[in-house]
Amino acid sequence: MDCSRRTLLKSACAATAAATLPISAFRLFSPAECRAETGKPGTRWIFLVDTEKCVGCGLCVKACKLENEVPYDAPVTRTWVERYVITSDGKSHIDSPMGGRDGFTSPKIDGQEINPKEITKAFFVPKLCNQCDNPPCVQVCPVGATYQTSDGVVLVDRKWCIGCGYCIMACPYGVRFFHPEYKVAEKCTFCYHRISKGETTACVQACPFEARKIGNLRDPDDPVTKIVMTQRVGVLKDEYGTKPQVFYLGLDRNVR
Amino acid sequence: MKNHVLRPLWLVLAAIALLLAVRYLVVPSDFGVNGRSFTYGFHRLSNVADWQKFPDKYLGKEYCQDCHEEKVTENGSSKHRNIQCENCHGPAYGHPDNPEKLPIDRSRELCLRCHSQLPYPGSQRGQLKGIDPERHNPGQPCAECHNPHHPDQEVG
Repeated sequence: MDCSRRTLLKSACAATAAATLPISAFRLFSPAECRAETGKPGTRWIFLVDTEKCVGCGLCVKACKLENEVPYDAPVTRTWVERYVITSDGKSHIDSPMGGRDGFTSPKIDGQEINPKEITKAFFVPKLCNQCDNPPCVQVCPVGATYQTSDGVVLVDRKWCIGCGYCIMACPYGVRFFHPEYKVAEKCTFCYHRISKGETTACVQACPFEARKIGNLRDPDDPVTKIVMTQRVGVLKDEYGTKPQVFYLGLDRNVR
Repeated sequence: MKNHVLRPLWLVLAAIALLLAVRYLVVPSDFGVNGRSFTYGFHRLSNVADWQKFPDKYLGKEYCQDCHEEKVTENGSSKHRNIQCENCHGPAYGHPDNPEKLPIDRSRELCLRCHSQLPYPGSQRGQLKGIDPERHNPGQPCAECHNPHHPDQEVG
């Protein structure tokens, strides 16, 4: 090969310039990243729970079970309501009989009478799948039966699931369970069949107190997105790094 | 080459061919990385459509209004206006063809979901009008005295 002084100097300059470039300059953008960068609006479903408004009627749990054909009397549910009663001695009493399916009608907690004068605070916390941005349940699936859709919802392929139960163990929120009839892993889908048609979820529709709301994080005009962006919202188990997408208003430190 | 070397080689090649053939037949063509990454998007793409096809059971007040406009209007001016019809009447899926009549939940337990008094400060539950179910006419259906569609009105 012919190598004149000019070409040698040229190549040397080019090589030096290339060597000073940061490694990130060579990173390839994924299609999803490009879409995010160019600002094309998509959909990212998020959920907002206002614990101040929840009265523990459990109509959301009932509606969810009937809507999604979850066996009604089996002790499994896609969403549930927890009752927290904190007494003046600092103890927290927590219960969720049948997931709160029939509401909370008795002041007794696990058969235990609590003196109303000793109650310092008491409230209800509805729970459901957090549709995490980094879902650990998806990472552990050995067969690709559970996955995240492009709009952020984690679904289970009932035909593909082998029922190994890894995802049930992996979820830090205890949201997943075995479907007693289909014998596969089951979880909240944010009523994917409903939100895909522009409807709201069964639990949101059933709630008479507007304690539950669903929204699209990519839509800046969405009322739920506005609340999440401008008000003080909390998430559950932030320290796990799962980036949960169910946001809570009025979350207490006793909530686990 | 010698036979004892070739024979296992053919066997291994046949096994690989069989594996590929089975994989071709069993794994659907839309199975693969269909999302942001292998970690989160490795799945059968058509399953998304399977979930979208799932039928709705709760159809909402707007659906009820088409035939029962009178009842929906009556309820619309009451304190109970935020309660969906289907919370008490059951999901309307299939109605009015099958089932022709929806089973109405007239139990005390349904009303007590909200109206059983719980002494909870800081919770909206404490502010709702409530009763002690063991003292307030135990055993009697609430709807005998209170109109669930319009709780401020007398039962007519």
